[in-house]
Amino acid sequence: MLVGLDMLVWATVEAQPVQEAARTPLVVNLAIFVLACFVGYEVITKIPPLLHTPLMSGSNAISGITLVGSLVAAGSGFTAIWSTEAAISILGFLAVVFATINVVGGFLVTDRMLGMFKRKE
Amino acid sequence: MPNIPWELSYLVYLLAAVLFIFCLKMLCHPRTAVRGNLTGALGMLLAVLATVPLALKEGAEKPISSTLGVLLAGLVVGGIIGAVLAIRVRMTAMPQMVALLNGFGGGASVLVAGAELLQRNLKGLSTPWDVALATVLSGVIGAVTFFGSLVAFAKLEEYRWFRKPIRYPAQQPINALLGLIVLGLGAASFLHPGNGWLYLALVVVCSVLGLTLVNPIGGADMPVVIAMLNSYSGLAAAATGFVINNAVLIISGALVGASGVILSQLMCKAMNRSLVNVIFGVFTAEEDTAKADEIYAGRVKATSAEEIAMLFDSARRVVFVPGYGMAVAQAQHAVSQLAALLESRGVEVEFAIHPVAGRMPGHMNVLLAEAEVPYEKLKEMDEINPTFSQTDVAVVIGANDVVNPLARTDPNSPIAGMPILDVDKARTVVVIKRSLSPGFAGIPNPLFAADNTLMYFADGKKAILDIVQAIKEGA
Repeated sequence: MLVGLDMLVWATVEAQPVQEAARTPLVVNLAIFVLACFVGYEVITKIPPLLHTPLMSGSNAISGITLVGSLVAAGSGFTAIWSTEAAISILGFLAVVFATINVVGGFLVTDRMLGMFKRKE
Repeated sequence: MPNIPWELSYLVYLLAAVLFIFCLKMLCHPRTAVRGNLTGALGMLLAVLATVPLALKEGAEKPISSTLGVLLAGLVVGGIIGAVLAIRVRMTAMPQMVALLNGFGGGASVLVAGAELLQRNLKGLSTPWDVALATVLSGVIGAVTFFGSLVAFAKLEEYRWFRKPIRYPAQQPINALLGLIVLGLGAASFLHPGNGWLYLALVVVCSVLGLTLVNPIGGADMPVVIAMLNSYSGLAAAATGFVINNAVLIISGALVGASGVILSQLMCKAMNRSLVNVIFGVFTAEEDTAKADEIYAGRVKATSAEEIAMLFDSARRVVFVPGYGMAVAQAQHAVSQLAALLESRGVEVEFAIHPVAGRMPGHMNVLLAEAEVPYEKLKEMDEINPTFSQTDVAVVIGANDVVNPLARTDPNSPIAGMPILDVDKARTVVVIKRSLSPGFAGIPNPLFAADNTLMYFADGKKAILDIVQAIKEGA
């Protein structure tokens, strides 16, 4: 059979609940999110329009932090080609490619741009 | 691989988040900005290094080619593509580049959330409601960002099919319908968090929505769109942080989200339009030729390079006003050359940069910096406007709507109330333009017919080089 049986895990809903390692409570994550929004607002309002393009490409590179999650998915490994495990690896691989383009492209192009902003000699 | 406690990795994540904040703080000044960017890159490198042991621990019993192999392959492929893009891109194409990068960020979020969903199924974990909600949000925001950004990229690159918005009947009802389907699938996906097919369907519909939302938005509104997509890519990363329970994603995502929101607000303010109006209100440019003839008839004075050179001879202060047309004509180096020549002859030269000049926030600044104009000479609107009355010559190159006095005088104009550069207050205004065709707003510009305005009809780059030539010959 081309598609392994465990591909069906895709469609099965709530198999048998297993207790997961401790997660940070939602409220704590929310607090982190809200406080970070304020920090971001305060810091970024001070950036002059002169540097708004590098700000965009630089912050873009920072949003490539999804790379962290992508690596975990890509490194999870598989034993059979037609399996959910392999599907996770493929998604992970693509995510790593996308996020790395974001990170490497973002920081490099920002560096190129910023290198051109010069004072008068 | 040594067995590193996860707490250590999380401490490194915290350090990375702090470095990102420092990175943005140092972007506040051109002197520290280069180091700031490197600080951010260092933070990212640390975060990646801290993640690899965590990633490999998951698949400890699996063949190494399927763990480390996949991981490294992804890093190498992505790294090469990213580096090639960043090194080869022209400065005039920076808006496209940023749009594309936004898209990849959003795409990564969709994929990570999808992988996590499968992972939880495989391990037989129950999904709490907040994780389910965050997964839906990652999928929705990420997919809209990815495909929206691709459309923005195609429009900015001016690919054949995307030069004009693709017209089809009932655009808004179709968007509304897609929105409803997204809501329905999102709710279903939220209630059945283990169902991969529902998530896939949701992502597909959101992809279509991303296409149809950005499709009708025109060129001059691109700064807002890019800023918004930037914000979305951050929010998608934050949502993914909630999915995989990782604070560094939440913090970084929030920082980027805030940045995008601030920039879109600034852009909207600079066009005196609301965000809703930019996204849903298709700018109806009515070609009012009768009115244009009435304004221009017999009043437009054409000029030549020689005449402009003579003007500069007696000028003490000259202000250049660049717009998107300068980028199109690739005239930034010529403009810089002319500015340097005028300065060497004792003329005070400055540049007036409107917030929405160009196709993305700060577009003109990057181009002029590339052409080696010192950044002290690039002045913001509020700073330069009071100085136009003491300016001998204002040279408008490739800008139109941002110098249209109708914004101040005609309350019925589509650009009424938009803050503009007051070039008309200068003693003489030179407008370099190919023809009298209207700008993005599709309205005539009385500036072109004003008593103190001279029109130089030519390609921007050639015009400037001719003026340089004329000045050198006259001297």
